[in-house]
Order: sequence, then structure tokens, then C-alpha cells
Amino acid sequence: MAVGKEIRTQITSIKNTQKITRAMEMVAASKMRKTKEKMDATRPYSKKISQIIKHLAHANPEYKHPFLQEREVKRVGVIIVSSDRGLCGGLNSNLFRVILKHFQEWEQANIEIDVAIIGSKGVSFFSSINANIVGQVTRLSDMPHLEDLTGLIKLMLDAFYQKGIDALYLASNEFINTMTQKPGVEKLLPISATELEEDLSGYWDYLYEPDAQEVLDILLSRFVEAIVYQGLVENNACEQSARMVAMKSASDNAGNIMDELQLVYNKARQAAITQEISEIVSGAAAV
Amino acid sequence: MTMTVHVDIVSAEKEIYSGLAEMVFASAELGEVGIAPRHAPFITKLTPGEVRVKVTETEQQSFYVSGGLLEVQPHVVTVLADTAIRAKDIDEAAALDAKARAEESLSDKSGKIDYAKAQAELAEAIMQLRTLEKLRKRGM
Repeated sequence: MAVGKEIRTQITSIKNTQKITRAMEMVAASKMRKTKEKMDATRPYSKKISQIIKHLAHANPEYKHPFLQEREVKRVGVIIVSSDRGLCGGLNSNLFRVILKHFQEWEQANIEIDVAIIGSKGVSFFSSINANIVGQVTRLSDMPHLEDLTGLIKLMLDAFYQKGIDALYLASNEFINTMTQKPGVEKLLPISATELEEDLSGYWDYLYEPDAQEVLDILLSRFVEAIVYQGLVENNACEQSARMVAMKSASDNAGNIMDELQLVYNKARQAAITQEISEIVSGAAAV
Repeated sequence: MTMTVHVDIVSAEKEIYSGLAEMVFASAELGEVGIAPRHAPFITKLTPGEVRVKVTETEQQSFYVSGGLLEVQPHVVTVLADTAIRAKDIDEAAALDAKARAEESLSDKSGKIDYAKAQAELAEAIMQLRTLEKLRKRGM
């Protein structure tokens, strides 16, 4: 009896797909834990460095670093953090949508845009809309190192020094919890003065070795690097959790489809049996 | 009781050390420095080398840093360690590399198939097909 052969093969194939999505879900869950740990591990550095910058800005008011000065914005640079791999729900597309909204605003204000991209999803999207990509880094591991990013960041910082760009933004996903990731565009440079305000009583200054300017130069570029790195690590945690959720719902959907198909199959089988019986019965009655 | 100072050694990737110490030694750009509690506010560049933390008279811990910054305030010493050796020419090369890759991917846009894009389109097509199929099944 060849009833519902197609349905049976369909069920098997969906079952196989479900096995894959379930495995991916479990892999993403364990990776998420690791990437989250990594994310937490990067926090002390950026906290410390911003403290020191606050002290410095307070202690040393006569030297104005270009990173701390607002200027008229004619061209902005955007560092975009995206994932290398897909199958992570709407993580990247939500981020790109937010970025495009900013792009539109800038375009209306006649501001030109340079982008530097981390992650191949971002590269393919922004090259398809003909954005001006000045730098890219792709195929990073789940545990990226700061050195992977220094080149890209230096490109943007140099552009800022040489007044190629007048402001620098970072676009990435913020990790809120496993279910929620919030895409956002954050201003990195110039560092706003209000952010640096802190009430320190009494006036004091550091002793500098070799001199204030050099120390401040390094400190501020490390600061930007630390924030971008943190953005990347956070985006990784977002990617894994988004993938986990997406794969979970894919597995659930596969289960639903299988249930439906099983029902269809059972019905078809029963109908075939009923038909056969009635054929036999009517055959017997005729005799 | 001897005086102590709080020491934090952090790198961009993780926290390396946090705790109290009697003295901290590090290789600064202008020579090795030793920081005792209540040192005047001080900030300096570090060269690749050892950072030694004297926790007690008998206990010492040492860490290798490949450069970074040392900040001193009377009761807190902070070492911002670099995770790798940073030199101007290495950074420059990395920057050029990032730029070259961007140019490369822009230039072969016509020749090579954009796999990620193709994949996205494919996924969309499959979803559409599946929805159609479902609708058809419901309709029957």
C-alpha cells in the first residue's frame, strides 16, 4: 500500500531539519554563555580608562586634544558592528534599519558618510546600497582579540585627526538580555564635555612621563578602541542569543509542521483502508 | 601594619589583577619605576616588560605586559595593559590591510557572486514558497 509516501518523506525531511536547528540552538546556547563572560570581562578596562580620562580632563585643562573639541560636521565616520554569519533572526537587519534612519538624517543635512565595517553581513549589505566603505574586517572568531580591530579603528582615528571626518559613531547591538537586543548608534568622537564632568574637589595635576600630550594621545585612542572592542564582544553575545532564540522557534515550527503532516498522513491512510474494505464488501455482496 | 595601595591591572580583554599591595614595580618608558602607597599623582607610558606587585613582604606576583599606561593616585594604582605589542608601523600595516580588503570587495563586486546576498535572497524565496504551499494546502 503506497499511501502517503510523499507525506512520509516530507515528515522525515522536516525531522532532519529539526535535528539541525535543535543542534544549532544548543551550540548557540553554550557559545552565548562564553561570549557573555567575555563581555563582562571587558567592562573593567573601559570603566577604568574613562575614569582616568575624566581625571585628566579635569587636571589638565590647558591642553585641548582634538578628540575633545566639537567642530562643524561635514562628514561623519561610522563603525558598524555586524555578525559574520546569518541565521540569527532579525539581529543584523534591525541594526541596519536603525543605521539607515541615521543615514537619511545625515543626508538631509548634507553630511557625507564614511563607513568602516566589522562582519561580512554588514559588508554585503552596505556594498549593495553603495555606501562609501573605507575599511572592513571580516571572519573574526567568536573570541576576537583587540588586535583584530586596531587597523580599522586607526583608519577612522587618522581620518579624524586629519579632519577627513568630523565625528565618529559606533553602530552595534546592545545586549539587554537573552531575549532582547537593542540596536543603537552611539557617538564616540568628539567625546562630549558633559560626559567628562565630574566633581573633584581641589586642584591637582599628574606628573607626566614623557609629556601630557603623548600620554593623552595614547589614552584617548585606547579609549576608543576599548569601546569599539566592547561593542564587538557585546554584539557577539547578542548574535549567539538571537541565534539561540531563532533556532528554538525554528525547531518549534518544525514540530508543528510535523504534527500537521502526521494528521494528514493518518487521515489518508484511514481513507485508503476504508475504501479497500468497502471495495471488498461490495465485491462480496455482488457475488 | 604596613601601608598598602589598591592595585588594578586590566587589559581590554579581561581583568588581570585587583587587590592590595605594598608596592608596585613597572617598566616605564623612562626607566623602571617603583610605586609606594601615597605616591603623587603620576601617569606614564609602559614599555613591554614585567609588572611586579609586592603583596606582602614575602609574597610577590608578576605579570608580563606588552605596553600600556600606568596611572597613579595616592591610594589607587591602575595599569592599563595592552594585549599585544603596539608599534606605529604594525598599526599602520593593519590599517592599510583593513582598507585594502574594503577596496578589494568593492572592486570584485561584478565578478564574484555575493554569497551572503544570494543566501539572503534564497532564504526569502524559500520562505515565500513555503507560505504559498501552506496556503494552497489550507485552501484545498
